[in-house]
Amino acid sequence: MTPEPFLGEVDRTPVTHHILSVLVENKAGVLARIAGLFARRGFNIYSLAVAPSEGEARFSRVTVVVDAESAPLEQIVGQLNKLINVVAITDLAPKDALERELLLATVVTDGKNRGRILGLVEMFNASIVDVDAHSLTLMLAGTPATCDELEKAMESFAEVEIHRTGRVALPRLTKTEEN
Amino acid sequence: MNLTGAQALIKSLEQEGVETIFGLPGGAILPVYDPIRDSTIRHVLVRHEQGAGHMAEGYALATGKPGVAIVTSGPGATNIVTSIANAYMDSTPLVVITGQVASASIGTDAFQECDITGITMGITKHNFLITNAQEIPRVVAAAFHIATTGRPGPVLIDFPKDIAQTMMEWWYPESIEELDLPGYKPQIVVDQRSIEDAVALIAQAERPVLYVGGGTLKSNATRQLLAFAERTKMPVVTTLMARGAFPDSHLQHLGMPGMHGTYTAVTAIQRSDLLISLGARFDDRVTGKISAFAAGAKIIHVDIDPAEFNKVKPATVTVRSDIATALEAFEVAKATPKNLDPWWAMLNGWREKYPLVYAPTDDPALLRPQEIIEAIAASAKPGTIVSSGVGQHQMWTSQFWKFDEPRTWINSGGAGTMGFGVPAAIGAKAARPDVDVWCIDGDGCFQMTAQEIVTATSEGFPIKVAILNNAYLGMVRQWQEMFYEERFSEVFLDADLPDYVKWAESMGAVGLRARTIEEMHDAIRQANAIHDRSVVIDFRTPASEKVFPMVAAGASNDDIMVHPLQEVPS
Repeated sequence: MTPEPFLGEVDRTPVTHHILSVLVENKAGVLARIAGLFARRGFNIYSLAVAPSEGEARFSRVTVVVDAESAPLEQIVGQLNKLINVVAITDLAPKDALERELLLATVVTDGKNRGRILGLVEMFNASIVDVDAHSLTLMLAGTPATCDELEKAMESFAEVEIHRTGRVALPRLTKTEEN
Repeated sequence: MNLTGAQALIKSLEQEGVETIFGLPGGAILPVYDPIRDSTIRHVLVRHEQGAGHMAEGYALATGKPGVAIVTSGPGATNIVTSIANAYMDSTPLVVITGQVASASIGTDAFQECDITGITMGITKHNFLITNAQEIPRVVAAAFHIATTGRPGPVLIDFPKDIAQTMMEWWYPESIEELDLPGYKPQIVVDQRSIEDAVALIAQAERPVLYVGGGTLKSNATRQLLAFAERTKMPVVTTLMARGAFPDSHLQHLGMPGMHGTYTAVTAIQRSDLLISLGARFDDRVTGKISAFAAGAKIIHVDIDPAEFNKVKPATVTVRSDIATALEAFEVAKATPKNLDPWWAMLNGWREKYPLVYAPTDDPALLRPQEIIEAIAASAKPGTIVSSGVGQHQMWTSQFWKFDEPRTWINSGGAGTMGFGVPAAIGAKAARPDVDVWCIDGDGCFQMTAQEIVTATSEGFPIKVAILNNAYLGMVRQWQEMFYEERFSEVFLDADLPDYVKWAESMGAVGLRARTIEEMHDAIRQANAIHDRSVVIDFRTPASEKVFPMVAAGASNDDIMVHPLQEVPS
């Protein structure tokens, strides 16, 4: 059994993950078709991000992080390709992918923790996007690993709500290691 | 020209060349049934929606053309789900139209509403919910295009009632580009290098086997297969879905592989050094224990659907192509294996030692199921179409009927749908009224869909049904006898309940019964002489008869159990 995703593990990314960038027709039910395919074929999804595509409005881009351990990647891509609404699939191995994710976190503040929060914001190069008398919301756009680290650091606060988007990715232009 | 959505739907079907549709009306599809009265299309009124689906499948399997079924929303739609799943498993081209509640009611749990596009997402090649009457022609044309190209399969169109009543300006797509299917590219150019790699593998082969699957029939490649097999002298096995793709009477044919395949076909694959899969998918009923399947063989996997490659068994060379095109390319390249004489000496040895056999009954006057099938086959005209349900009778028919023509064997392979036989036979008869259609059925299967004989009578599609009545769910009984220490659990059906003769007669068919060999020949003779009505023959067969050879589920094909008559005493 592969572990359930999203069960509180900080490092949510399996070693064997692949990022599939799937261009789909913007039609009703297309997400259900993709999710249903993964469910019935026993493929694991680790994250999923959907947005209208950069080009024509009739397409959307779905970025799926899949566990290539749950099934051979060739099978996952082959079955996905058979969905009529799937137009194109780009497969990115982690080493070739530039991955980014957005994290939003709202923390209830008090006199004591405000300094620590601001310290984390500075350390992670995050930003504060909303604030009131009792709480503040910060935002981080970073690699999934950086988001993992910030999330772990935030868990020490008593009252915190964290939302993450799931990653999007593009092929790396250079093969050098990035920080 | 302005049409209602309902008129546009029917006109679109006419545009696609549809001649026959199988269906049953109801509330949500009511508006569509009005223009059916004025159409050139023949509508066949079924007695249950599952029957409509299987008839459409029988029609498609007998002709290669897409079968079309039309039903109402809710239970009408769910009743045809089994047929859709069956067509999906066997890659049968089908277009199924379901009524749907009015657009404004969708999602409100309206009367006879169900989410049939959601339900069938995993068992259709694609499905559509029409949201705009102007789009009807595009959706219908796209549905037929998808159902019949690439790897064929069922496509469902969900048709809300208000769309049927909305006016639209008639048009029809004139090209594939107008279908708006940017993600569907079934036309492919075969990679020449994959052909070269395959040819190179064939050149090294000393013990090759042509493993012929249903895709060979789908791509109408029987002529190419015969030419390729005869030139190369390679042995051929045909899977349950490919029976008839290569003549059974041909000396190079070893029979069917798999759980109930012939000893020679199964063992040839096991001992082969090259397995050439032509539109087959390494189903578990063929492979047995996968790690032990053709363990010493390299594999050339030819398929139109690349998702089949390396799904079950890693291939040495994959050729993405329809089977006809690939075989033609192999011919052009003059793909030739090594001298196969030693291989044929082995194969012929097995064939001589382990032919298909069956044991005599205790009383020589009584009937054996295999003998009934052989007697019907012997009396049948060339080209006779045979359908079956699922179970022992299906395996015996596949083993003992000798198929020499494509599209004469109509059965439920992947899904194993009991009750497929009778409605599929009616669909085949509707498609091919010129030929005789026999359904070899089991008593369990017959009881599931027999009501469609009423359809056969009222619509004038006379079929002949041979019930191999052993009073049991025979295949389950066989497993309980062999693997559950004869602890028979819920498999007894009773040979006399129902009374099949009376039941047949009440449905407008001729009912006959045969308990002895003499009665068998007499009944078959009578059945063959009747052309204006269906005939149902209740053949009484012994319950203890089992299908052999057999590979137990999950066992290695090396551990094939031959008929007890052929067992070597140890």
